[in-house]
Amino acid sequence: MLAPAILWLGALVILPHVELAVLSFRERVGPHNYAGSLAQYKTFFTEPLYWNVFVRTALMSVAATLLTLLLAFPIAWTIAKLSAGRASSLLFILCLIPFWVSETVRTLGWMILLRESGVLPALLVKLGITAVPVELLYHDATILVGLIYTSLLFMVIPLISSLESLDDALIEAAYDLGAGGFAILRTIVIPHAAPGITAGCIVVFMLTLGNYLTPTLLGGKNSQWFTEQIYTQFITRFNWEQGAAFGFLLLGLSTAMVVIGLKITGQRLGDVMRRT
Amino acid sequence: MIPSLPRPAWLRAATAVYVVAFLAFLFLPLVVVAVFAFNDAPYPAPPWRGFTLDWFLGNPSKGRTGLIADSALMGSILTSCIVALWVTLLSVSLGTANAFLLERGRFPGKQALSVLMLAPLVIPGVILGISILAFASRIAEFADDTLGWELDFLRPGLPLVVLGQFSFIATIATLTISARLRRFDRTLEEAAFNLGASQAAVFRTIVLPYLRPALLGSAAISFLMSFEDFNTTLMLVGADSPLTVMMYGRMREGASPVLNAVSLFLMAASALLALTFMRRRPQAH
Repeated sequence: MLAPAILWLGALVILPHVELAVLSFRERVGPHNYAGSLAQYKTFFTEPLYWNVFVRTALMSVAATLLTLLLAFPIAWTIAKLSAGRASSLLFILCLIPFWVSETVRTLGWMILLRESGVLPALLVKLGITAVPVELLYHDATILVGLIYTSLLFMVIPLISSLESLDDALIEAAYDLGAGGFAILRTIVIPHAAPGITAGCIVVFMLTLGNYLTPTLLGGKNSQWFTEQIYTQFITRFNWEQGAAFGFLLLGLSTAMVVIGLKITGQRLGDVMRRT
Repeated sequence: MIPSLPRPAWLRAATAVYVVAFLAFLFLPLVVVAVFAFNDAPYPAPPWRGFTLDWFLGNPSKGRTGLIADSALMGSILTSCIVALWVTLLSVSLGTANAFLLERGRFPGKQALSVLMLAPLVIPGVILGISILAFASRIAEFADDTLGWELDFLRPGLPLVVLGQFSFIATIATLTISARLRRFDRTLEEAAFNLGASQAAVFRTIVLPYLRPALLGSAAISFLMSFEDFNTTLMLVGADSPLTVMMYGRMREGASPVLNAVSLFLMAASALLALTFMRRRPQAH
């Protein structure tokens, strides 16, 4: 019984990452001749382009995560607390449906909505808001909208499960003692939902950081996403050493965020995965 | 805040408006994809020029290539199905073995192994893809240099795509099946043994029927995740493109309502799959 698991993790997860690490710590000094070096990582830190794209990807991912949390929270609250029975499960299923559809299809939808000849620019002209159709694709805001859209469900589910376990009596007690809405939210709801909030944020950040499809299609040439750099090095330029180093930097950032998130709330990875 | 406390009218109204706006945001992209699959125009863009089925049924002799005449697109659907079937078969088998290992097995390092099994979900798909690509070509080169073997399946192509997707989908199958096995009442098994059933008979008549919903559920999820995967697949793909990669390539080139048609087909297929399983298990995710 142990053999298949070890074969799977060894041959498809551990050894490939060892290989990637080896690649990232070497440099081509001649045909078929390589020497160990830190050159790949040095390039990353000395070449402002790579460094900027990395920081930009991280910051945009943080922004997308926080906005997703803000947008998802009221819906999770409505499903967990305000509606009951059939209405609640109907609402939940409605939130679930779009995520059964491939990300490619959802992105196609946004492109049809937002491109210059698309639906929303035409609507804006008709309403007299803009004189001519404006290009709504290829902006940072477009990338954010797309990323939030693909992430919503991964935030809504852990939020619902953590809000459902919150006893209504606590909220009623706080209200009877004179607490306002904001005070209840800050002192009762958020502390109780913290594990769900962290779980959602970890998963959304991770998925956003590693996303490729949404930033490249909705951002076009302006997307400047780090996964795109990895693809360019690895597949287009065939510079595997550089691509491997980029891969490790992205993996490092992603893992660091996961570990920090788990440490802050004292959760275990298994629990987070089970929540989502 | 909650129904048992007084809520001002404006807050109720705001909540209702928010829910409607949120659902509109969720469904708008899907609705436009579906609508423009039927627009009688060469580009999926307004204005509406009338209803047509050309983008599904049209053939090149009439000037419009519909989905069923588009052999590259149809071929990529078939490719995706073949890849997804392999990934499903491998993932569900391994997931079942892992479930027994984690729930029944006793060995040193079990805790560490169960954490390690979650790793593929935490590693970004792009990196999973490039690491498997690099490792596979290392082995291929090694076999070529020392033994003179040409191991073509280790070069970018469908076998690598299957392995790449399997590497993380196996984790999902493992989680689903172990969760079900954990709730199994072992006294049922003991009762069967006491009544003289063999190990194989107990597995076949008691354990397997109990696990069936989890096996079917994880098979459906595996198939869907494989069919829809993009990140890992993009790094490992060779000459034959699965549907997501093919669509991505076409979307970068320009727009054609054929893509809407194939998308609508995908939506219908996943809705069918979802409905089948939603009935059995309300929380399939």
